[in-house]
This record gives sequence, C-alpha cells and structure tokens, in this order.
Amino acid sequence: MSSATTPPDSDPTGRRQVHSMLKLYYGMNEEGKVESLDPCDINGPHFDPEVYLNKLRKECSLGELMDHESCTVKQIRSLDSDMQTLVYENYNKFISATDTIRKMKNDFKKMEDEMDCLSANMAAITEFSAHISGTLQDQHAQITKLSGVHTLLRKLQFLFELPARLNKCLELQAYAQAVSAHRRARCVLQQYSHMPSFRGIQDDCHVIMEQLAQQLRQKFRDGGSSAKDLSECVELLLQLDEPAEELCDKFLSHAQSRLEADLQGLEAELIDSLVTDTGGGLVQKTNPGSNPVSPSSSSTTNPFLSPTAGTDILEFIDRGCNEFVSNLCLVIASYQELFINHPQEGELASKKIPEMANGKLHVFVDTLAARYFSLVERRIQEEKGVGDNSLLVRALDRFHRRLQAISKLLPGSAVPSQGTEIVVRAARERIKQYLSALQTFYHDSLTDVRQALAAPRLSVGGASASGGGATSKDATPSLPELLTSLSNFILNQLKSVLASVHLFTAKDITFSNKPYFKGEFCSQGVREGLVVSFIKFICQSSRQYCESAGDRGGSTPPALLLLLSRLCLDYETSTISYILTLTDEQFLVQHHTPVTPVTALCAEAREAAQKLLNHYVKVQGLIISQMLRKSVETRDWVNTIEPRNVRAVMKRVVEDTTSIDVQVGLLYEEGVRKAHSSDSSKRTFSVYSSSRQQIRYAPILIHTFTCAALLVSVLTGIIKISLKTFLECVRLRTFGRYGLQQIQVDCHYLQMYLWRFVSDENLVHFLLDEIVGSAAHRCLDPSPMEQSVIEVICERG
Amino acid sequence: MERCFPFQTSVTVYKAYTRVESDANTIARALTAQTAETDAIRFLVGTQSLKFDNQITNEPKRLSSENRVLTCAAVWRMPPEWESGSHESPDDSSNNPQTLELLCHLDNTAHGSVACVLWEPLGDGKRVISLAENHVLLWDLQESSTKATISSTATLEGKGQLKFTAGKWSPHHNSTQLVTANDTAIRGWDLRSMSQIYCIENAHGQLVRDLDFNPNKQYYLASCGDDCKVKFWDVRHINEPVKCLEEHSHWVWSVRYNHSHDQLLLTGSSDSRVILSNMVSISSEPFGHLVDDDDLSDNEENQQEDKGKEPLQDSIIATYEEHEDSVYAVEWSAADPWLFASLSYDGRLVINRVPRALKYRILL
Repeated sequence: MSSATTPPDSDPTGRRQVHSMLKLYYGMNEEGKVESLDPCDINGPHFDPEVYLNKLRKECSLGELMDHESCTVKQIRSLDSDMQTLVYENYNKFISATDTIRKMKNDFKKMEDEMDCLSANMAAITEFSAHISGTLQDQHAQITKLSGVHTLLRKLQFLFELPARLNKCLELQAYAQAVSAHRRARCVLQQYSHMPSFRGIQDDCHVIMEQLAQQLRQKFRDGGSSAKDLSECVELLLQLDEPAEELCDKFLSHAQSRLEADLQGLEAELIDSLVTDTGGGLVQKTNPGSNPVSPSSSSTTNPFLSPTAGTDILEFIDRGCNEFVSNLCLVIASYQELFINHPQEGELASKKIPEMANGKLHVFVDTLAARYFSLVERRIQEEKGVGDNSLLVRALDRFHRRLQAISKLLPGSAVPSQGTEIVVRAARERIKQYLSALQTFYHDSLTDVRQALAAPRLSVGGASASGGGATSKDATPSLPELLTSLSNFILNQLKSVLASVHLFTAKDITFSNKPYFKGEFCSQGVREGLVVSFIKFICQSSRQYCESAGDRGGSTPPALLLLLSRLCLDYETSTISYILTLTDEQFLVQHHTPVTPVTALCAEAREAAQKLLNHYVKVQGLIISQMLRKSVETRDWVNTIEPRNVRAVMKRVVEDTTSIDVQVGLLYEEGVRKAHSSDSSKRTFSVYSSSRQQIRYAPILIHTFTCAALLVSVLTGIIKISLKTFLECVRLRTFGRYGLQQIQVDCHYLQMYLWRFVSDENLVHFLLDEIVGSAAHRCLDPSPMEQSVIEVICERG
Repeated sequence: MERCFPFQTSVTVYKAYTRVESDANTIARALTAQTAETDAIRFLVGTQSLKFDNQITNEPKRLSSENRVLTCAAVWRMPPEWESGSHESPDDSSNNPQTLELLCHLDNTAHGSVACVLWEPLGDGKRVISLAENHVLLWDLQESSTKATISSTATLEGKGQLKFTAGKWSPHHNSTQLVTANDTAIRGWDLRSMSQIYCIENAHGQLVRDLDFNPNKQYYLASCGDDCKVKFWDVRHINEPVKCLEEHSHWVWSVRYNHSHDQLLLTGSSDSRVILSNMVSISSEPFGHLVDDDDLSDNEENQQEDKGKEPLQDSIIATYEEHEDSVYAVEWSAADPWLFASLSYDGRLVINRVPRALKYRILL
C-alpha cells in the first residue's frame, strides 16, 4: 500500500491506478483495456477469493503465507485510508459549490434592480431630445432663406458692376470676355427691363456693347489683322446678333481684298518678267554698238532656255500656291468654321445660314480662282522654251496638288476640275511646242547638212574623181557619215523630247492618273500629235523639196535629195516602227481611238523616198542635159573644124556621171550590172542606122526599191535623160561635114564610158545611134569619119 | 500597121496611118489643120530637110511654113483646083502631090531666123505675125497676099540672148493680144501698142515649147515645156498656175485645146506619146452638179441619176503610143471636133478619134 501514499502527481501510474479504481467503483468500464479473466488477480473483476485462497494455500509455505497475510492486511488498510481521504475531499468541494450558488442568487437580484433603473433613465432622455428638435426647426428655415438672398445680392452686384467691367474690358481690348459677360447678363436685363434701375444698366450695357461692336467692326474693316484674329472677330460679332449675311459679305470682301493683293503681286510679277524680258532684248540690241565682244555672249543664249529670265515658272507657281492658294484655303476653312459648320442656336438656326453662306462662298471662290487661273495660264503660255520640261511639269504638279486642298475643303467646287483642264491644256500646248521645236530642229539640221554638203563640194568632186574620199574625209564628213549623224541627231532629239514629255505621266505627278493623261494624252497627244506628226512632217518636207525646189534644180543640192531619200527609206524599213514601239512602250498607249498604223506611215515614207529618188534622177539628169544642150546650141556646127579631140563637155559628162555613181554608191549598195559585152567599146556606128528598133525611150521610173537594182536604175535614168536631150538638140541643128564627124567622135567617146553605168547597154547604143543618125540627117555634106580614126581620137582623148 | 486598143474595139475608129513619103527618109516637124475648110478633114504637114524641097502635103488654103535653116518664111497659095473643096481622101493627095503657089516671102533677114508664123485668127486674113529671134513682126498682106509689109514691130529686151520659142495669137479681145514664150517665161503682148502687158517668169522649169489659148475662156492659157509639164494659167493671176499636169516623161512639144469642147486637151511629147486628157474642172462647160437642174419633187430620182452619172473628173482619157519617135506636133481637125492628128519625127501621121463613149458623155 505504499504506492497509495505517494502524491498522485508524482506517480502517474499511481494516479491511473486510482482513476481506474474510481471507475470501477462507479461501475464504469474502461473500454479497450483487456481485462484479465484471471480469478487470481486481486485487482481484476473476476476475482474469486476462494480460488485465490486455495491457490495460496497450495502453493505457499507458512512463512510465505504469513508474509502474504501481512501484505494483504497492509494493502487493505491503505485502501481504507484512501477511501476516507476521497470522501472528505469531495464533501468539501460540494459545500463550496453550494456556497457559490447561494452567492450568485443574491447578485442577480441586485442586477435586476439596476436594469430597471437604466430603462427609466433612457425614457427620460428620449423625451428631452424630441423636445430640443422641435425648438430648433424655425431657425434652420430662416438660415436657408438668408443664404438665398445672399446669392441674389451677389448677382445683382454683378449686374451693377457690369457696365464698369465692360468698360474695363473694352479698355483692355478683352472683347471675348466682354461679350461673354454681356451674354450672361443679357437675358436678365431683358427680363427686368421694366424696372428703372435695371433699365439704366441695360442701356449702359447697350451703349458699351454698341461701342464694342463698333470697335469690332472697325477692326474687321481695317484689315491687317491676321485671319485668326479676323475669325475671332467675326465669331464675336455673330454672337452679338449681327446679321450673318452681312457678315458673310464683309468677311468675304475683306478676304477678297487680301487675296486680290496676292493676285496683284502675281500679276506684277508676270508683267515684271515680261518687262525684264523686253528690257533684256533692248539691252541686247544696244550692246553691240557699245561693246563688240558682248553680242557673242548674248547671242549664245540658248533658245531652249526659258524666255522669262526673271522668275521661272516653278517659282511663280510656288508663289501663287503659297500666297494665294493657301490664303484661299485658310479663308475657306475659317469661313466654313464660322458660318457653315458653326452650331447654330435658337432663331439663328432657322435662317438657313449654311446654305446662304455656302452659295456665297462658291461664287467667291469661283471668281477668285478664275482670275488666278487666267494669271497662271498667261504665265504658262509664256513658257515657250522647250529645254527643261521638268520645271514646267513640277510647277503644274504643284499647281494641281495645291488645288486638291480646295477640292477637299469645298467638295462641290468646279475649281479643281478647271485646274485640271488648265494642266491638260498646258500639256497639249506643250506637245505642240515640242512638235514645232522638233520641226525647227529638223530644218536646222538639214541646213547644217546642206552647208556641209555645199562647203566641200569641190573636194568631194575631186575625191570621187580620184576614186576615193580618203583625203576629203578628214576635213568634212562623207555622205554616209552625214546620213548617220543626221538620223542620229533626229532620233536623239526625238528621244529626249519623248523623255521630257514622259515627265507628264510620271508616277509621282498627281495629275498623271487623270483619265486624260492615261489615255488621250498618250495616244492622241504624244503618239499622234507628236511622233506621227513629226514623221509625217519629215515625209512632207522631203516631198516639198521635190516640188518647190525642183523647177530650177539649183536650190536643193542633189546630194541632199539622195540623202533624204535614203533617210526616208531607212525610216520605212526600221526607224518608224522603232520609234512607235518605243513610244508605245514608254507611254503604255492604250488605243481607245483609232491611231495611224505603222504601215501607213511606212508607205508614206516609202513614197517620199521614191519621190525624192525620182527627183534626184531628174535633177542630175537635168544638170547633165543642160550641159549637153548648151554645148550643142552654142556651137556653129556648119563651119566647124575637123575634129581632133573629144569635146571637153563629153569628158565632163563622163566625169559627172562617175561622181554621181560614186555618190549614189555611197548610200545605196551597188546592184548587179549586166555582164557587158567585151566589144561594147569597139562597136561601130552606122551613120544611117535608121533601123527603127522597137526600143522606145521609156521613161525612167524606179519602181523597184530593192537596193540591188537601185543604183543601176538611178544611173540608167540619168543617162537616158541626158542622151535624149542630146538627141533632141542635135535634131534642131544643122551640121557641116566636120560637125557630123565631131558628133561621131563624141558619141563614140560616150559609148566607151557610159555603158558600164546602165543596166542595158543596148539602150545607150540605140540612143547614141539615133544621135549620130539624126545628125547625119541634118548634115549638108554627110561624109562620116572612118571608124579607126574615131577610135584613135577617142583613145587619145 | 494596124493597132487596136482596148477602148477602141467597140467603136469604129477612124484612124489613118500615114507615112509622109518622100524620096528619102523624110523628117516632118510641122502640122496644121486647114482651118478655113469645114467640110473635108484635112491636115497640112510641113517637112524639114536640107537637101530636098520641103513639101507640104495635103492642101492648104493658106499655109504658113517655116524653114529653120533658110530662116525665112513665105505665104503660099493652095492650087486652085483644091480651093473648090475636092473630096478626095488624104491618100489621094499624098499620091498626087500638088505644088503650092508661092505668094510672097516674108522678108525678114534683118531680124534673124523665124521661130513661128501666126495667122490672124479672125478677120479677113490680111495680117500675119512672125516671131524671129527676139522680134515680134506684124505683117500686112496686100494685093491678094502677094506682098507683105511690116506694119509694126516689137523687140524683147533683156540680158543674154533672148529667143522666142513659141507664140499664139489670142482669138479673144478682137485679136489684139499675142502671147509668146521665150526660155522659161511667157509674155503677153498688146498688138495695138506693141507692148508687153504681162509676163509669167519661170512659167516652166525649163524651156517653154508651146502655148494654146482656151477657145472659150478668154483668160485661160495652156503651156507646155521641157520640164515634162503642162500648165494652165489664168492670165489675171499669173503667180500660180491654175493646174499642172505631169504625165509625160520627156519634153512636151505641143499642146492643143479642142476648138469646141475645151475640156479636151491634146499633148504630144518626145517620149513618143500623145495624151488626150479631159480637164473638166477648168473648162468652160459646167462642172459637177448643176443646181437648177434640181426639181425638189423628184429629188430622190435625181440623186439616183447622179449616182449613175458621176460627174466627170479631170483625167487622162487615152494615151496613144503608135509613134515610134518623138511627137512634135498635134492638131485637132477643123472640120470634125472629135478627130485629131499627131505627127512624129519619122514622118508618121496618126489620126485618131476621141473615144465614142466619152463623146456621147460630153454631148448628152
């Protein structure tokens, strides 16, 4: 029982033991604890004293029994004492609990009383509060009323102070403030105008505002102020109930005066440039007298430069755009801001101001733009130089671009389309100028060629006579060189013109995407108006050389005719199609309208070439036949001496024919000549060869343009013409004996040399026979010379 | 030597083909129609030779003949038996040449060789003009043309050797005007004052060979020359020709208006061709559509008719190529306005008719 005495805290097992025992006592079964069923376990529930005693007796000796007995007695005693302690303890606890409960009972009673007292107090407080609220109500209403009066008084004060304030604003020129202040007061004053004091204020205000309006109008009228100031001014006036129409008019007239100043500036510039131009002319005129060196410098002024040296067109247009157009745009914008887009209140809205204002604006813009356009057009017309097209195009582009701003501002306006028309017109005009420039250029280069042909005339003759142009080539260009340089010049010029015209359709130019520039400009303008016209012009002027100059034969050098014919032929074969293809490619011509086909142009060129060549034959034939005619007509054939030589004129004829042969051969390749009979130079003449052969004098017409046949047929034609003339002249003369013999010698000489130039030598033979025959007919004493003698004379000469 | 041409096959062609026969090869250059004869168709041909007497075949009542070599001119009378107007065919006369009676020589040795001799176109035939070198000589024939005296002269002055090549006495203005050609210029003369009244310088590019007056339009003149062209002039506007034809390929030696239908024009050239052209636009006959023919009621019919009858255009009617040598002279017949003759160097005289289709078109 020693364990029982140990304090419960110190020995948990002992406490547990106590707990479990208490539990047992109170019949509580400790769950989960395996209870031993051993009846010998003294602490177990199935303890059976009898079994336990029997067991002890059987197993233990006396001593042990004795011990055991004492141990058990000890344990019993300890248990009893434990029991006693427990009972005491519990009893004390119970008593203290009872005491506590009694005390609590007393306390609650006290609290109940205090609560009653509290509720009574609260009722009293509520009553008091209601009483106070009721008392304060009246005073609050009075305060509200008082604050209202205060506000009113402040307004009144504003009203009373208004005239002074307005005056001050007027002094400070703070018009906007004045107007807004007045607007605020206006209605009130209007309402209370029956009261004399308010009336006074209103009148004062009226006067002041009148004054203000006057000032504003003055300012408006004076001008000089910027557009922004002006628009502000207008806005204020509008708020002051000025009639809108009048304002519109005034605004526009004011704007007009300023824009007119711009226009006048432009016009002055235009006139200036004219004056300086003529002045420049005067200076140039006076210069040569005073200074002989300067004219060379002044005369070298390139005709392709702009005639107006003062300001170029780009500058002019720039100025026009920057001053006039931008100001116009500004005016339009502010006008629209003021009169059209301005939100209208009340009665103003009903007056349909926007419509009226819009109409006025359109008229205004149209008239001004018309003047501007006329100025621009005058300026463009002055732009006659064809050198630098880019300036003009850029100017036009700027002009057109700036007008787009107007079209954005004023959607219904006709101004931009008129501007486009001007551009179109300018472009058309430009093409015409280019065409005439090309024509002039063509004429000039022809003149150059003509001079080049005229200058070395002798040297060419000498060179061709000596069979080669090596010596003369150094000094002057030969015929083929002239031809290539001429055609190159023309082609280059045409190309450069095309390039400058092409600027009109460049992508970065705004007007290039207009329908005119896409379609008609390319096809009708450039292709037809420029290129085709130029080619036609070439053909035509070439033909003119045949017609006008032909009669006397002297005005156009034959070499030029030959050159031109070759040029036309080249055009027919290649150049025309090349140029047109080039144009079509550059301008992407879409043929909406019928255009001149290449074949027609080629046919024309071919016709011109043909005509020129025929004319060349005629002219050259004429030159030789004139020579022959003179030689026959001026001689006294009856009383001539016996022939000793071939006449010089015959040698000249052969020489000239040779040089023509060389000349033509330079440009046209030599054709195949009929193989000559070996004895052709030894052929004898029958003086009475009146065997009327059926070889006619067929006219010389070169219908085959194959180069092979050409050279021969040209020379055949020339020889035919010459010999026929010879024949006719001989028939008109009378010959003596030696005259006939001289003719015989001459004919034989011609026979010897001319056969090689013609396609059919029989023709030469026939004509020469005829000449000798006719001479014999007209001979008083027809006794022909011995053939051998003739041959000797001819070989000698 | 008969040739047929396509346009003549359906028509009876009166075509004589004559070689002026002579002892040797005869060279003929002059041709004229017998103007006083109205019944018989008769042409006179002048020959040119040095060794033989020059002949005039067929018979003239009056004929002017010139011989370049002898530089003289003479007036001849036709044999009297022809004067009564015999009706032999031209062949007969060439078979049986008659000699002409020489009336008088135009004695002009002082003035050089004669280029041409012209009879007064109207009147009694008492006046003759001869052009010699640079002189115009007006002769009066007296005592039945047996004696000729120079009544007045005019001389062309200028630098260089000026020589008349051709001339024509105007049938208009009461025969007071003469037109001459020298080198490339055409000059008009007033015979009353014997002074120049107009001058077309450079009328042709080269020598002017022949001239003819339009018989019905008094100011119109045709000229031809070595530049192969035939030009028509209005002498009131001499700066520009009215029209210019360029059909020949060599010198044009002769140009003749038809006497009654002046749209018909004959030219002969040394390219051995004769060209008959129809110059409607500058003729005296109405050209194109006549307005007063129109009847408004049957306008449509008229229009249809018009379509069927296109107004004649200026055109070449025919080119005659019978000649084998240069054609030096062409002449219309005096009796038959549809007949003409052409003469070439080799003495061949070809007589042709205007195509019948054209004739009816002009007449109807």
